[in-house]
Amino acid sequence: MARLRTGLPGGHLGLTTLLAALLLAFSLFVPDFLSAATLQSFMYQLPLLGLLSLAMVVPLITGGLNLAIIATTNQCALLMVWIMQTMISADAGAGTTAGVIMLALVAGLVLCLVIGLITGTLVAYTGVHPILVTLGTKSLIDGISIYLTRGMALSGIPEVFTRAGSVTFFGVPLIFIVLIAMAILIGIILKRTAFGISCFMIGSNIQATRYSTIDTRRVLVGVYTMSSLTCFIAALVMLVTFNSASADYAQSYLLVTILAAVLGGVDPFGGFGTVGGLMLALAILQIISSGFNQFGLSNYLTIAIWGAILIFVVMLQTLKPHFTHLLQTRSDRGK
Amino acid sequence: MPESSPSLAGLTALRRRPEAWLTAVIIVIGAIFALTARDFLSLPNMIDLLETYSVQAIMAMGLFVVLVSGGIDISFAATASVAQYCAALLATQLGLPAPLVILAGLVIGTGLGCVNAALIHNVRITSIIATIAMMSISFSLLMYFSGGKSIYDLPDWWTDRVVFYETETAEGDLVRITLPIVTMFIVALFTWAWMTRSSIGRQIYAMGGNPEAARRIGIGIGKLQFVAYGYLGFMAALAGLLQAHRVGESVPNAMYNTELAVLSAAVLGGASLSGGIGTVPGVLLGIVLLAMLQNGLNLLGVSSYFFQIVIGITILISTSITVLSSRRGRRHRIIAEAPTNA
Repeated sequence: MARLRTGLPGGHLGLTTLLAALLLAFSLFVPDFLSAATLQSFMYQLPLLGLLSLAMVVPLITGGLNLAIIATTNQCALLMVWIMQTMISADAGAGTTAGVIMLALVAGLVLCLVIGLITGTLVAYTGVHPILVTLGTKSLIDGISIYLTRGMALSGIPEVFTRAGSVTFFGVPLIFIVLIAMAILIGIILKRTAFGISCFMIGSNIQATRYSTIDTRRVLVGVYTMSSLTCFIAALVMLVTFNSASADYAQSYLLVTILAAVLGGVDPFGGFGTVGGLMLALAILQIISSGFNQFGLSNYLTIAIWGAILIFVVMLQTLKPHFTHLLQTRSDRGK
Repeated sequence: MPESSPSLAGLTALRRRPEAWLTAVIIVIGAIFALTARDFLSLPNMIDLLETYSVQAIMAMGLFVVLVSGGIDISFAATASVAQYCAALLATQLGLPAPLVILAGLVIGTGLGCVNAALIHNVRITSIIATIAMMSISFSLLMYFSGGKSIYDLPDWWTDRVVFYETETAEGDLVRITLPIVTMFIVALFTWAWMTRSSIGRQIYAMGGNPEAARRIGIGIGKLQFVAYGYLGFMAALAGLLQAHRVGESVPNAMYNTELAVLSAAVLGGASLSGGIGTVPGVLLGIVLLAMLQNGLNLLGVSSYFFQIVIGITILISTSITVLSSRRGRRHRIIAEAPTNA
């Protein structure tokens, strides 16, 4: 079937070529594009979208979807800011500050864990399509966040966070290292553990996986919990970059994460996809965005171009088997 | 359990239908609001509700056809905005007459729907991906070219209210049956008749149920894709034109973000995301439920921020009940059919 073809492996070659072509084109046409400053702004902008995409990609591989990732991230960030804002007074010592920060981190982690467990349980045990479950949880989580904050942004986090945003190692921002670490971790979990392999199997055929004595329900609960826990890291990055939290930050990223995943070769129906492909796709999207920004084009036009690139890449991926098939039959006849 | 008596079998069959559950939920919630919010059951409020949700209901009718055909479309709200804005530009900048403007709007909508169909059928892109991409393209281009500026000076023929029936209640409130309400009823009736009574409608159900089987009995899958997505594009454009008629201006991002509300209403009403299943009354009931919830909570003075929480809970509970009840039914049916097969 056609749907099997979109996620064929080997898409990385095309993506790498596209990335190289874009880099070449931008460095030719945009002055100073290949500078350390561009590279650094690139590394500051990518982590949030990257972590959110990582949260999306694991459910996608199992044939599901988690529409609640941004709601989860925002609520987690809000909770952490609220705890730090209310419990740290101006004259608090370093000890109490550190204690409250630890408390906030634990609270955020627990919140994400609970959201993930509930989502996973609903998906696994009711059999309702994940789009609907997560649409419901997204609406619920967003609703609670907006209701409690009245749509206002919360700020007032300790300086440690602000400083963590500008920490660099040999010029590489800390948050970018966090993204790379998470990508490697999730990549290893997906490729090297029994849990990860079960994810791919569920995405290909959930019935067959269950008959292979794999507890698909437990794996699904794990998948949505993992997605939610990735949101915790995303919430930390969000706090560090924005220095505040709100219920409607990053809402436009939701569809972009799906776009990035599919561009990176993840099959929207599940079963295929790699973290490496996702990272390449993210790099492509970010380079287009920075490049056009330096051209002075509007943000809206960038999103339109992202959409066009998605259609173009998927088109190439679907048409490739046809071409190779044609070439093969030709050469077969030649023999 | 089965074949005990025809009436009992009918009852269990009814219990399995999402429409039955939805009606029960609507009656319960309606009763609660009727008792707690004084104006809820009044005629003016009901008519007002109908008019407010007519735009979403018309889009839901189009989306219903696409869902039955086995596809999904996220881009219809963007399509509606593009069609509305282009029509508004034609009317205000070029001063075209009414029929031409309406025709142009509807053609743009249908055209965008057909682009979706072409991407899905001819280029073989998964429908959710194709329509997400199309949504970002058409909406971003609209925002880019319009600069986010609204058009306020729409011609009078567009914004003048068309009243078909007007009456005054005992309390002196004016009750009007206006153009959006009439259009919604015509669209719903047509969609229902078309999908259940015509050959093309039956073919769309067949395609959604099993595309390969439908293809082998000689149904033209490609043609039907264009019909389904084109119909949704047409309905989206119609809804877009009506929305501008209601509010008297064209705001480029007025309908942005309604797609998930319409989608959840359609799915609440029992339209399956995997295709082949769904009814027009079910989808309308889904819209009614969401409309009632929002309106009733507003009348009760509950913060509008709270509404999203309620929608979330409603989606979670009602879809879980629907799926769990139909799954139980299916298990019984399998157990019941086993001996006859043997």
